[in-house]
Amino acid sequence: METLTDNWDLFIEAFRTTVVLLIISGAIALVAGTLLGAMRVSPVPALRAAGTVYVTLLRNTPLTFVFFFVAFGFPRLDIRFSYFAFAVIALSSYTSAFVCEAVRSGINTVPLGQAEAARAIGMTFGQTLREVVLPQALRNAVPPLMSVIIALAKNTTIASGFGVMEAGAIGATLNERGYPAFDAMIWVAVGFIIVVLPLSLTQRRLERKVVRSR
Amino acid sequence: MRMRRMAVLAIASALALSACGKDSEEDEGGAAAPAPSAATGVTLEGSPTFDKMTAAGKVVIGVKEDQPNLGFKDPTTGEYSGFDISVAKYIASKLGFGEDKIEFTAIPSANRETAIQGGQIDYYVGTYSITDKRKEQVSFAGPYFIAGQDLLVRKDDTSITGPDSLDGKTVCSVTGSTPLQRIREEYAGAKTIEFQKYSQCVEQMLAGQVDAITTDDAILLGYAAQQPDELKVVGAPFSEEKYGVGLAKDDKVLRDKINDILEEMETSGEWQRAYDATLGQSGSTATPPALERY
Repeated sequence: METLTDNWDLFIEAFRTTVVLLIISGAIALVAGTLLGAMRVSPVPALRAAGTVYVTLLRNTPLTFVFFFVAFGFPRLDIRFSYFAFAVIALSSYTSAFVCEAVRSGINTVPLGQAEAARAIGMTFGQTLREVVLPQALRNAVPPLMSVIIALAKNTTIASGFGVMEAGAIGATLNERGYPAFDAMIWVAVGFIIVVLPLSLTQRRLERKVVRSR
Repeated sequence: MRMRRMAVLAIASALALSACGKDSEEDEGGAAAPAPSAATGVTLEGSPTFDKMTAAGKVVIGVKEDQPNLGFKDPTTGEYSGFDISVAKYIASKLGFGEDKIEFTAIPSANRETAIQGGQIDYYVGTYSITDKRKEQVSFAGPYFIAGQDLLVRKDDTSITGPDSLDGKTVCSVTGSTPLQRIREEYAGAKTIEFQKYSQCVEQMLAGQVDAITTDDAILLGYAAQQPDELKVVGAPFSEEKYGVGLAKDDKVLRDKINDILEEMETSGEWQRAYDATLGQSGSTATPPALERY
């Protein structure tokens, strides 16, 4: 307990960074992933191919490598941002590939007739997607999307190895201050439960809403 | 003609042989510090760690593997070298374990206490600063070396002369390290960046993302010695880090014994020889510190 109470400032600062990292990367990943999902079902072959290549590449690369490429590769190409921005780039580009697949699986649950009917009444591809397909698809995509976001919350810890002082760095910091590593880890785990719990609750509420509206 | 060619060959191979011999001799005096022959008949009443070592017939020593001239593992040969390694070997030999009975295990800073408490290693020699807080978890013999926090900068950088000139600069060190925590608390004008290894900080500094790297001067000197045209140590130490040998908290018998061994190493001149062969190659000098027997 003293491990926590002696180091409130550290826990609060680190978890604040974690949450900010989660919110910004999550928002970017949701938008970019939905666009990618749209690309993958679009009638334009070049867009479909680009989407497929991106998703295949990012989904099959370990996140640490993505981080490494961004944090160590970009400076060599003279692309200079803060390490926090590098972390956002790495996390959101990686997560957007998973968001894309969740969205695409949601789209696949919408009967083909829906899109055909929309087209029959003269809607464009964009309109069909916005007005008919995506609203239905996102309902079915809520549980997998939440899993992706929860995974993102935990993945943020990798940023501690690449220049960002967040929750993943608490263990090493407290160890240097002389507190038992095991105690520190338990409190970090508790912290993550507190961060992730609202996400799980949101998921449950969204699901209930979807069920009622059916 | 044939005779002549054979004679030339003979001379050439003789030269090659003698050259080889000289090289390996130099190697022994250089990176690998002189290791004394193992003591025999060592007994330690009431030391659980020593009993374990005797039963296993070997000693497992926790070290660092990525600090040139301190604790460094050659990636091609797998050989360990450096000042900490020399100290570790000396202690082992006086406990009755020759070089062939030593097993080095690279343990990163964050796992040191866990490894000692869990019995994964028998003792730890690797830039391990003695602090009161750590004494609650493990015991320390020593100190066997005193280092000070310093700054490593690019060779052409004249704007950084010490911790007070760090305003607006980006300072790098390993995740959660004490030197970095000190910069954050006492020199708030500096931006801090954390990586897993010092070598990654060096890479980021050469890429222009980082202005200075901070940790104990001993570690920084090792890197400056590796790339003398690119890097330099500012040379204004602003803390005192006492390196000790970490061991199990309840093992006072072993701690006393290692203290005796360290004292012997210092008075016999063995300490100085080990230093000159490793850290001393960077051009810095040092004298053995006084032991603290608490």
